[in-house]
Amino acid sequence: MSTTLVETTYREAMREAMREAMQRDERVFLMGEDVGAYGGCFAVSLGLLEEFGPERIRDTPLSESAFVGAGIGAAIAGMRPIVEIMTVNFSLLALDQIINNAATLSHMSGGQVSVPVVIRMTTGAGRQLAAQHSHSLEGWYGHIPGIKLLAPATVEDARGMLWPALQDPDPVLIFEHGTLYPMPGSLAPDAAPVDISRAAVRRPGKDVTLLTYGGSLPKVMAAAEELATTGIEPEVVDLRVLRPLDDETIVGSVRRTHRAVIVDEGWRTGSLAAEITTRLVEQCFFDLDGPVQRVCSAEVPMPYAKHLEEAALPQVATIVAAARQVVSG
Amino acid sequence: MSDFTMPSLGADMDSGTIVEWLVKPGDHVQRGAPMAVVDTDKAAVEIETFQSGVVGDLLVEPGQRVDVGTPLATMLAAGEAPSAAPVSVGKAKRPRARRVPPPREAAAPVPPAVPREAEVAAAAPPAPSPPLRHHAAELGVDLASVTGTGTHGRITRRDVDAAAHRPRVSPYARRLAEELGVDLAAVTGTGTSGTVRAEDVRAAAHARPEVPPVSTEAPRSDRATIAALMSRSKREIPHYYVATTVDMHTVVSWLRDTNRDRSVAERIVPAAALLRAVALAARRMPQLNGFWVDGVFVPGEDVHVGVAISVRRGALVAPALRHAADLELPVLMQALRDLVGRARSGRLTRAELADPTLTVTDLGDQGVEEVFGVIQPPQVALVGIGRLVERPWAVDGLLGVRPLVRLSLSGDHRATDGYTGARFLATIDDLLQHPEAL
Amino acid sequence: MSRRRTSATGTTGTGAMPTQHRFELLRQMTRIRLFEERCVELYSATKIRGFLHVGIGEEAVATGVLTVLTAEDSIVSTYREHGHALVRGLSMDSVMAEMFGKVTGCSRGRGGSMHLFDVGHRFYGGNAIVGGGIPMAVGIALADRMRHQTSVTACFFGDGAYAEGEFHESANLAALWRLPLLFCCENNLYAMGTAIEHEQAETDLALRAASYGMASWSVDGMDVAAVEEATRHAVERIRAGDGPCFLELRTYRFRAHSMYDPELYRDKAEVGHWRERDPLELLTAAMRADGELDEDAFEAMTAEARAEVDRAVDTAEQAPFEPVEDLTRFVYSEAVGPGPTRAGEEGAGS
Repeated sequence: MSTTLVETTYREAMREAMREAMQRDERVFLMGEDVGAYGGCFAVSLGLLEEFGPERIRDTPLSESAFVGAGIGAAIAGMRPIVEIMTVNFSLLALDQIINNAATLSHMSGGQVSVPVVIRMTTGAGRQLAAQHSHSLEGWYGHIPGIKLLAPATVEDARGMLWPALQDPDPVLIFEHGTLYPMPGSLAPDAAPVDISRAAVRRPGKDVTLLTYGGSLPKVMAAAEELATTGIEPEVVDLRVLRPLDDETIVGSVRRTHRAVIVDEGWRTGSLAAEITTRLVEQCFFDLDGPVQRVCSAEVPMPYAKHLEEAALPQVATIVAAARQVVSG
Repeated sequence: MSDFTMPSLGADMDSGTIVEWLVKPGDHVQRGAPMAVVDTDKAAVEIETFQSGVVGDLLVEPGQRVDVGTPLATMLAAGEAPSAAPVSVGKAKRPRARRVPPPREAAAPVPPAVPREAEVAAAAPPAPSPPLRHHAAELGVDLASVTGTGTHGRITRRDVDAAAHRPRVSPYARRLAEELGVDLAAVTGTGTSGTVRAEDVRAAAHARPEVPPVSTEAPRSDRATIAALMSRSKREIPHYYVATTVDMHTVVSWLRDTNRDRSVAERIVPAAALLRAVALAARRMPQLNGFWVDGVFVPGEDVHVGVAISVRRGALVAPALRHAADLELPVLMQALRDLVGRARSGRLTRAELADPTLTVTDLGDQGVEEVFGVIQPPQVALVGIGRLVERPWAVDGLLGVRPLVRLSLSGDHRATDGYTGARFLATIDDLLQHPEAL
Repeated sequence: MSRRRTSATGTTGTGAMPTQHRFELLRQMTRIRLFEERCVELYSATKIRGFLHVGIGEEAVATGVLTVLTAEDSIVSTYREHGHALVRGLSMDSVMAEMFGKVTGCSRGRGGSMHLFDVGHRFYGGNAIVGGGIPMAVGIALADRMRHQTSVTACFFGDGAYAEGEFHESANLAALWRLPLLFCCENNLYAMGTAIEHEQAETDLALRAASYGMASWSVDGMDVAAVEEATRHAVERIRAGDGPCFLELRTYRFRAHSMYDPELYRDKAEVGHWRERDPLELLTAAMRADGELDEDAFEAMTAEARAEVDRAVDTAEQAPFEPVEDLTRFVYSEAVGPGPTRAGEEGAGS
């Protein structure tokens, strides 16, 4: 078996993950807008229709509620559907199905009904797509019991998270940040599935913990590099799983560094960053050497003009500044 | 037949008012027949009976508001005789079916405020004067958080001013300070607005600028070191001495009673009670609890009672029982046991060696009845304790035999005088007469 | 696709239906009727809480449709689903216990009146969101289709749901993918308190459904035999692979929308008029007219149904509640947790 690594991208890794899943498990199929003939809005499913045919790669009409609900129904009836909602922005049309059905059915039926559906969504801002196409709603979904949320931020996770998500008996939402698709990386051709319950320390450190997920990870890693040149050694934690959060890794890191900065592309109010801050206060208050800092999007609908969008989003400079503040102040 | 009751007509209906009866006593009704019109705050609704029968007594007047489940009328089976009077056997037999309100979370009982030791012990300090209260309010100082350094623990203006300029301390720094035995009041914060951070505490722990460094490079068991220290003490410190005999009867009986319920490992010895009394007295009279440095008295940040312990090879150490005035007697006993154990095996901490604010030497075990010790500079006081002996003693004009102990104080006459020293011993005596408060 | 009407003649006269079967239909409708009436009483006595929507008057719809379906078929219904659950085969004990919120209820007391589930009977709820179950039904039908099964998914909803986008998206998708789905619209002329003429620009629902490209019928929903006959036609087509079908079942609820509803929006004369077409009375009258009703057997059957209801109430009263410690169970499935594949979880063909 060859062990030479293959050069690939996040996009291709996700495609390969879907291909592998469909080959291994005939219950798996893909359904969503433009996933077939168009090849996927972000070209993730390019070529899959030719390979697997229209029964398993299903183009749907623009009916988010119906096809997400259909994914839920098919999962209940024994299939393992991958429902692709083109972007998280359109998922709002399917909220009733996701929250009132997918998240609720198991508990409400006394444990009889399980819903093993995987819903993939492109998320985030940074491409001047303006307010209605730039949402980061991971924190919103993270509020709901009954679903699980994944945010692959590396090529390895893009490749390895899908299979365990499909095998999970409960609904799993996978958030793919739009800016990550072209990200390059190397993988073994037979890359193994990855754990989908733990956060990961991407860069060990001691002076401050930088917590983040998804599309913000590259910025945080760059910020860490910059901080290191000034004598501050940050520890970077990639959350990977947004619900249920991996308290052990998160709190464990801050216990060691005593300082935390959370970088979250959602709006700060009621955000995932707010939730993590509270958990830190609850679980390691007496280890904190200063207030927890949050770097989030400005509380505005995302503007189109480039300079405004940049100002509204977390950037390397603002992450560095926040880390400096908590270390020195 | 069961009563006709006020039905629940919706999830949010708790009560209703009869607007109008549609039947009268004696009417025959079929199942499903409307009986009355009820106003539920949303609308007027007809309510029906689920039983066929004969209407008995109407129990509720129109206009009356009643809870869901309240009997509105009695119902009789066909042929059953109606009751003679409204207040009847039928009614008495059936207790009013009051609707049980939905179970609400029982309000968690608020635990009674446990009086804090400090508050109980400090019941004495006089209340701050109105001008001082005003001053504190202007500075934004919460007087409850201020420890008074005046007589009897009175809060002084200086105390308030100091509190106003207290820096903030991060939670981690505060914890670290506790662990390292660092006095936060002496730490300079380098965070924003002078916030004290962990590294500031660590820096302070290593520097300890307030207390002149005491030689701790070699353990004090070294004879030469002791010789030098004692010589210096006698050379520099003008000692005065006072002594008193303390009736230990109350302490001894109280300990006997309290030890009955304790395991051997937990038994409290009189020495612990004596140390506790010394510590509490030192807190009340802070002029004996501190250091003479460069011509001035520097009060100790807390009461850390040095306990003279003889260790191997005829040497002596006097490590601190730290925060002794805050340790409850059983806790102090354990701490003492632990301290002695570690002293003898050479495992004392830096803080314990450096920190005593006054010292106690108890030679009772060695058989002497009285000891006048040498003060350990830079401290200003040393308490001596002799053997616990049974002696004749006058109690209420009668002769009895009591356990007695001689207490002495060696005092630095630069810092205090005999009057103060005497009061100190009197305070200890007084405390020992109320062992339950130790 | 053409639309056929089964005219509401007021008679059940299908001579082809065996007496025994008609009696069975009557028995099911009687069970539903007595169960629902008892629920009304129990709610008034605060034994049942929350919202309660009874289907008194609509018994012929559940009975007529479900009598045609097999154990391999699936059902998705609404919050007015007690009758559907009972005819489908959920035990009256488990349904009543669910109403009481007891752990022996079909949903462990978690769901109550509006969320009856029994996966063993392929009864997928019970849904409190108007139109909320329709897309799920599409999915169940999709799964059957992908596995080349001849099962049918019957999806019940009301005239109110017909206004929801979820219905229209689902109808289009089901017809587009030729899914084995039976849309059963229980048109009782009111969406809670809004009459259909104030809800729908075009009130001929069967006509509109046909425009999605599926066979569509309008049926007299008070006539159980007519309902059954229409269902048989539709199911036959669906199993043959013709795609979804739509039945508009014209019916009426004799009681209010839910337990608290002063019915200010309709007048009593209308209710009285529809009561003359009570589905139970229509069937018994027809059977008597055909000389097919054994009065003793009918009386015994009614008594037995009443006794069944009584037993269910007693059993529910005695049954325990779910322990509070179990509150967080089943937020996620219990069989497995998150993580990489387990051997037993591999899909077929891996």
